[in-house]
Amino acid sequence: MKKYIGRIYMVLIFLFMYAPIFLLMIFSFNSTKSRSVWGGFSLRWYKELFQDSEILHAIQVTLLVAVCAAVISTILGTAAALGIFAMKKRPRRLMLTLNNVPSMNPDIIMGVSLMLLFIFFAQTLHMDFFKLGFGTLLLAHITFDTPYVLLSVMPKLRQMDKRQYEAALDLGAGTVQTFFRIILPQISTGIVTGMIIAFTLSIDDVVVSYFTSGPTSETLGVLIFGMTKRRISPEINALCTLMFVFVLLLLIIINLRELRAERERERSEER
Amino acid sequence: MRGSKAFSYPYILWLLLFTVVPLFIVIYFAFTNDAGEFTFDNFSYMSLYAVVFWRSFRLAIISTVICLILGYPLAYIMSRLKKKHQTIAMILIMLPMWMNFLLRTYAWLTILENNGLLNNFLSWLHLPEIAIINTPAAVGLGMVYNYLPFMILPIYTSLTKTDQSLIEAAKDMGCSERQVFTKVIFPLSIPGVLSGIIMVFVPAVSTFVISKILGGGANMLVGDLIEMQFLGGAYNANMGAAISLVMMVIIMIFIWLTGKIDKNGDGEGSVLL
Repeated sequence: MKKYIGRIYMVLIFLFMYAPIFLLMIFSFNSTKSRSVWGGFSLRWYKELFQDSEILHAIQVTLLVAVCAAVISTILGTAAALGIFAMKKRPRRLMLTLNNVPSMNPDIIMGVSLMLLFIFFAQTLHMDFFKLGFGTLLLAHITFDTPYVLLSVMPKLRQMDKRQYEAALDLGAGTVQTFFRIILPQISTGIVTGMIIAFTLSIDDVVVSYFTSGPTSETLGVLIFGMTKRRISPEINALCTLMFVFVLLLLIIINLRELRAERERERSEER
Repeated sequence: MRGSKAFSYPYILWLLLFTVVPLFIVIYFAFTNDAGEFTFDNFSYMSLYAVVFWRSFRLAIISTVICLILGYPLAYIMSRLKKKHQTIAMILIMLPMWMNFLLRTYAWLTILENNGLLNNFLSWLHLPEIAIINTPAAVGLGMVYNYLPFMILPIYTSLTKTDQSLIEAAKDMGCSERQVFTKVIFPLSIPGVLSGIIMVFVPAVSTFVISKILGGGANMLVGDLIEMQFLGGAYNANMGAAISLVMMVIIMIFIWLTGKIDKNGDGEGSVLL
């Protein structure tokens, strides 16, 4: 009996979480412009979506900034994790606290403060690079991505066996060789996780981008937010459906691979 | 690993330039007027906005409490499932988070608006229509919907980390199921609850996107107020910086207080998923 109450509760919460998304998806196939009255099945909004240059440009900007920010913040964050790991306890604690500031601060504060900084650089110091646009957007995304990369690499460094590293050096491997042969393989899962987190954070961000992107570099989130002030086109429903299917497929693929890897590990252990 | 400390220098520089310096710029703006002269005026005018602050905090607290009430049981049920089902439940919770959160909020707009799906459904049942869009309730609903996963995940993590032998020991010593929960399981999950509270409260109190879409401008929150000073009609960066600073200080006090409750916590780890 208790078990059933638990199951029902879970189903209800998931219904709450998914019903709005599914409704949005159903209405992406609506033939009229209405968001609530069904007018018949059509693929009209999908066609219009792929002809809407404004939305396509925003998708391009979103993906480009997410990929660039993820790659740069992964390098920056991994290097930082290595450096901080080599520090003594006190400076390490200080660095980790400082690292938490961007993620603890509300998005709006980060957006506003970065916007003020960029305007200061561009207007007072006449540094044209900092005029609000793709460059500033990328800088802002790297700023909020990197702390998460650092936080996902750090635990892997802690778990690492220090003796292997020392042994490699004793046996005559150089620092670079030791890094690529000994350290990197052991922290690679942390690096990949960090990169995925960075990528998704970038894709999902609206607030920081809203303050730091110029009119030529609007991300998808900023564009949709602008639309909500006027009227949202059902094209967005179509986009939402495509995104949902894409993310779902991605998650299924990742999990199937993990499952298969796990099975293979079990099989090899049996032998 | 001597010498490798230098690897962190680029990031330290980055943090100083793009995190520390901007915060000082906010402080500078908050204490000056548009001519660049030192002043406290920005703060003394802020009493005009006391209502907005009060509305933001009330809504954020209510949403956080609702998230906790809805999220804790779910996290608990999840932690009791078979390992395989746990993974599926995890994916189901993460999946909406991977979609843009604006789309999720927009979905509620299509449901709640006056001739939206909910009202169509009600009139189809011959029930009276309700006007919920552009009310604080709609904004609160949007907050709960968007931030519920942030409450579930840390609680779930701390519940699965609980040492099973402690629960068995409590049972062996004659604890009833309820006692096992109130004396062992719940106290051990408090770090997860606290980081869940922070992760819901901070974005909820500072949002302006949800209130714009579901509150329709009639229910201005602190976030809207700040946004207005920088990008809206009432351009006043000094005022905006002062409001940001006040909000930041209040949030820091809130986080510090929550940290105080968790005496046994090491202050790290549970904040991370």
